[in-house]
Amino acid sequence: MKKILFIEDEAAIHKTLSDALEKEEYEIISALDGEIGLRLAKEKAPDLILLDLVLPKIDGFEVLKSLKANTETERIPVIVLTNLEQMEDIQKAIDLGARTYLVKSNYDLKEVVDKIKKATEEV
Amino acid sequence: MTFRDFFLRLNVTEECKKYSTPLWQCPQFLFLMMGGLIIVSVVASFAIGRQYIADPQITLLLILALSGVLLSIAFIITRSFEQLAEANRLKTEFISIVSHQLRSPLTNLKWGLDFLMGEGAARNQQETSYFHILKENIGRMHELVNDLLTVSRVEQGTFPFQEKEFELEEVIKQVLVEFQSASHASNIEIKVERKGSPKLYNDPSLVRHALGNLLDNAIRYAWKDGEAVPKEDRRENRIVIRYFPEGQNVRVEVEDNGVGIPAHDQKYIFQKFFRSSNAVRRQTEGSGLGLFIVKSLLEKTGGGIGFHSTEDKGSTFWFTLPLSSKARLSAKAG
Repeated sequence: MKKILFIEDEAAIHKTLSDALEKEEYEIISALDGEIGLRLAKEKAPDLILLDLVLPKIDGFEVLKSLKANTETERIPVIVLTNLEQMEDIQKAIDLGARTYLVKSNYDLKEVVDKIKKATEEV
Repeated sequence: MTFRDFFLRLNVTEECKKYSTPLWQCPQFLFLMMGGLIIVSVVASFAIGRQYIADPQITLLLILALSGVLLSIAFIITRSFEQLAEANRLKTEFISIVSHQLRSPLTNLKWGLDFLMGEGAARNQQETSYFHILKENIGRMHELVNDLLTVSRVEQGTFPFQEKEFELEEVIKQVLVEFQSASHASNIEIKVERKGSPKLYNDPSLVRHALGNLLDNAIRYAWKDGEAVPKEDRRENRIVIRYFPEGQNVRVEVEDNGVGIPAHDQKYIFQKFFRSSNAVRRQTEGSGLGLFIVKSLLEKTGGGIGFHSTEDKGSTFWFTLPLSSKARLSAKAG
C-alpha cells in the first residue's frame, strides 16, 4: 500500500480527498500544518506528498524549500494542491521543485484522484 | 503628510497606476492640470489688471483673491475624484479578496458532492436528481466567482497575459471541441469559414476565452420555437465562425440566427452585470460579466470587439487582434 502525506489545514478538503484516496487503497498520513508536515515527511518516508500552500506556522513554499533541501526528503515527489493561481505562485512552486501544480477549484474530485494515481504509478 | 510623501505624490504616472483609472480621471493628473490653469489665470488677471486698474495694490488683492478661490475649487474637485478613485480601488480589492475566500468553501462543496455521487454510492432517482441540481448550482457559483476574480484582475491590471506566436486555426479547433457536446445538445450546426491561416502574437488563452464566450452566448441564445409551431416551420439554428486577415489585424466573427438583442439594450451590452431584457425573459442563465471581461481583455492586448444584431433574427459578434509581427511582414512582402 502506497503512503501519501497530505499537508492541508482545511478539514473538509482533508476529509473528502483522504476518503476518496483511501477508497483507492492508499494509506493517508495527515498533517494540518507545515511544521507537522515537515516532521512527518522525515519520519514516515511517504511515496508522495500533497501540499497546500496557505498553511499555518510554516507556509507551503517554505515546506517545499525545506523538503528539497533535506537529503531524506528531496526525492519524494510533491504535488501542490492549492487555490492560489497567480502565475508567480505557480512559477515559484515549480522552481522550488514541485512536480505538479493543481488549482483545487479547477478540478473535480475524480480528476484530482486520477492525477494522484498517475503520479504514484510513476514513482 | 510629510515632505517626502508630498514629493512622492508628484510622480503622476506611479500614482495614477494605483487607481487603474484613465489619466483624465486620475486625481494627481487633475491636480497638476488645475495648477497649470491657476497659473495661467493669475498671469492673465495680472495682465488685465495692469491695463484697467490704476492702483497696483487693488490689482494684487484681486489676483490673490482669485488665486484663493481657484485653488479651493481645484482642491475640492480633485479631492472628490481622489475619494471616488480610492473607493473604486477598494471595491475591486474587496471583490478579489471575497472571491478568493469563496473558492475554498466552494471546492469543499464540489468535492464533497463528487464523493457522494461517486461510483458505488447507493441512491434512488429522486436523490440523484437533487445531487445533479446541487452540482449544477455549485458550478454556477464557481463560474461567477471566477468571473468576479477575472474582472478584479483586469481592473487592477494584474491579469496574467502570456504572449506567444500561435496559429489561430489551432485555437479555433480546440474551442470547437470544447463546445461540441453543447452544440449537439441544442441541435446547432457550427460551420467554419476562413481566409488564410493567420498567425497571432498574443495570449492564446485570451483568444480561447473570447471565442468561447461568443460561442457560448450564440448557443445559449439560440432560437427556440414554441410547441405550437409546426415541425416544418421551425427554425434550424446555425452558427458560423468566420476569420480572415483585415489590414494589420485578424478579424474573427461569430454569426448566429438566434434571439438577437433588442435595439434598446444594444448600447449597454458590454457593461458590467448587464443582461439583455430578452435573456432575462427567457430565463437564460448568466452573470452579465462575460462580454465585459472579453472586451476588457481584448482592449488590453490591442484588440477590439463589436457586433450587429436584430431582435428575433440573430447577431454577429466580432473581435480583432493584431497579427504577429512576422505575419505582418510577410503580408506586406506578399
